Amino acid sequence: MKRGTAPNWLTIYAVAYMVFLYAPVVLLPLFAFNDATIIAFPLSGFTTEWFKVLWSTDALHSAVGNSAVVAFVTALVSTFLGACAARASSRYSFPAQKGITGFIMLPLVLPEIIVAVSLIVMLMQLGLSLSLLTVVAGHVLICTPFSIAILSSAFAGLDQSLEEASFDLGESRWGTFRRVTLPLVMPGVISSLLICFTISLDEFIIAFFLTGTDATLPVYIWSQLRFPTKLPSVMALGTILLALSVGLLLLAEWFRRRAVRRQGLDASSSEGLL
Amino acid sequence: MSTTKPIIELRDVRKSFGAFEALKGINAVINEGEFFSLLGPSGCGKTTLLRMIAGFEPPTAGDISIDGKSMDGIAANARPTNMVFQSYAIFPHLSVADNVGYGLKTKKLPKADIKREVDGALAMVDLVGYGDRGAHELSGGQRQRVALARALVMRPKVILLDEPLSALDKKLRDQMQFELRELQKSLGITFILVTHDQEEALIMSDRIAVMFEGEIAQLATPEELYRRPATQRVASFIGVMNFLEAKLESSSDQGVTLDIAALGNVTLPYQAVPQGMNPAQIAKVGIRPEMLTLLFDPTDKAENEVQAEVVSSDYYGDMTYYSVSLPNQKDPVIISMRNTAGRSIAAPGSPVRVGWGVESVVLFE
Repeated sequence: MKRGTAPNWLTIYAVAYMVFLYAPVVLLPLFAFNDATIIAFPLSGFTTEWFKVLWSTDALHSAVGNSAVVAFVTALVSTFLGACAARASSRYSFPAQKGITGFIMLPLVLPEIIVAVSLIVMLMQLGLSLSLLTVVAGHVLICTPFSIAILSSAFAGLDQSLEEASFDLGESRWGTFRRVTLPLVMPGVISSLLICFTISLDEFIIAFFLTGTDATLPVYIWSQLRFPTKLPSVMALGTILLALSVGLLLLAEWFRRRAVRRQGLDASSSEGLL
Repeated sequence: MSTTKPIIELRDVRKSFGAFEALKGINAVINEGEFFSLLGPSGCGKTTLLRMIAGFEPPTAGDISIDGKSMDGIAANARPTNMVFQSYAIFPHLSVADNVGYGLKTKKLPKADIKREVDGALAMVDLVGYGDRGAHELSGGQRQRVALARALVMRPKVILLDEPLSALDKKLRDQMQFELRELQKSLGITFILVTHDQEEALIMSDRIAVMFEGEIAQLATPEELYRRPATQRVASFIGVMNFLEAKLESSSDQGVTLDIAALGNVTLPYQAVPQGMNPAQIAKVGIRPEMLTLLFDPTDKAENEVQAEVVSSDYYGDMTYYSVSLPNQKDPVIISMRNTAGRSIAAPGSPVRVGWGVESVVLFE
């Protein structure tokens, strides 16, 4: 094992890659706690001033409220639609199943700007006015594929004979769903809710195009970037959002793994994992 | 079997999946208290038939009636049957007691009654004290018992078992075969077992329906099935059968005289010819390996004898299976011999006399 002397290029590459990915993200909290109004090195001192500014900005509070409502409704609707689609695609076979599933998943790879422009054109044609409701509609469109992807694995891992066993033991279809199916896919449902919430909370383009007078949080942040003096408090806001997003995603992943673990234990019938 | 009251009647039951005919008209009557097996290779339709009795799939045509009532339009949750699934289908999020009590809870029984019934069912399958365990804390055999207890506790008229022992290792399987049979006998509930394992079916069943390609090839007791298989296919599916070419030589008052390849002319009584078989149509005879004897000792005698040569031998401990080539026969026949004290194993190439009896011959068209 004489590998210590030569430079390990793979390690260097990996470190460089990580720096490229995460250095900008690290700058956010760095400047959020810096007590200068100009965003530049060297750092001059520590302050929580910018977070205090956030507390006293009413426009921000209404933007947070708007975003919370939009994200919450989006998560509920997307997860409900996703659950229906995931169950249908994992349980039943129907004509053009692959094609239909493909089309539902398409918004995942479609450029958001195209979705946003198409939606606004359509809404104008229909004569509908822009509001938080239209933002929710747009967000449901992009969140549902994520929900389907998460819930498909939850439903696919569900042994069909469990539902049959429940039915065989005298339970009704609804009772079977409530007592067997739902508890077993619950971790997947929670994971989907959290991810849809996070996506909707961060989403800018669609919200920017489809929102009327009520700005969501990302739209509000964008509007603040025009004022250089507001920049540090935007950094502070960004820091909070970053922490929140990472926290939610970790939570979602934990729930997803728990779902797999529950069903994985069932799959190995003769030997336990413990 | 004192009672022969029918519990399940299958009348011309058919099932098609698109153009594929999974079941081509099944007719059978299963009696109360019977251990009945559906035996066949995979894809023969035996599981489909079981699922149709359970109510998971409707028949395309024909009628299934349970306890005198047609099950047409009656869903699985309203039928007096309960199933033990191949995967056991133990609810992973519930404890053993909640699994077993699942069906009683749907009946809205009081909690105390459920507990009493569950404890009784767990005692029946020898799992006393396991009620609080989670599903993932159980071994394969224990899961199998929980699945059985969950069905037993419902006191169904019929318990349906879909290859319940296939996931267990051989030793545990042998033990469970015995226990299942004992339990069935003591409870007197009708069991319908689906299996591809002929040995399992022979050991456990009162009667067996052998199925090939969506049809029942033969429905009989294990002994009848083994001794008098109706077709060559049934004969080779149940145990090992040696086939020899044969044709009718003549008929007389004594019976039919057949010319059997390598064995010569033999006269069989008319009782040996199965009902409905035209002696002129006889094309093959079958003889089980244990019905042929190697005459090791010069003083050994048999009803009929033929000179042969040992090709190879397989030693099984209690038994030795010999491949023996008969004169003018391409394929050797299999002969099983019990390894009694002082008997050595005949070496390949050594000449032997093969003895056989007329009553051991089965006729095929």
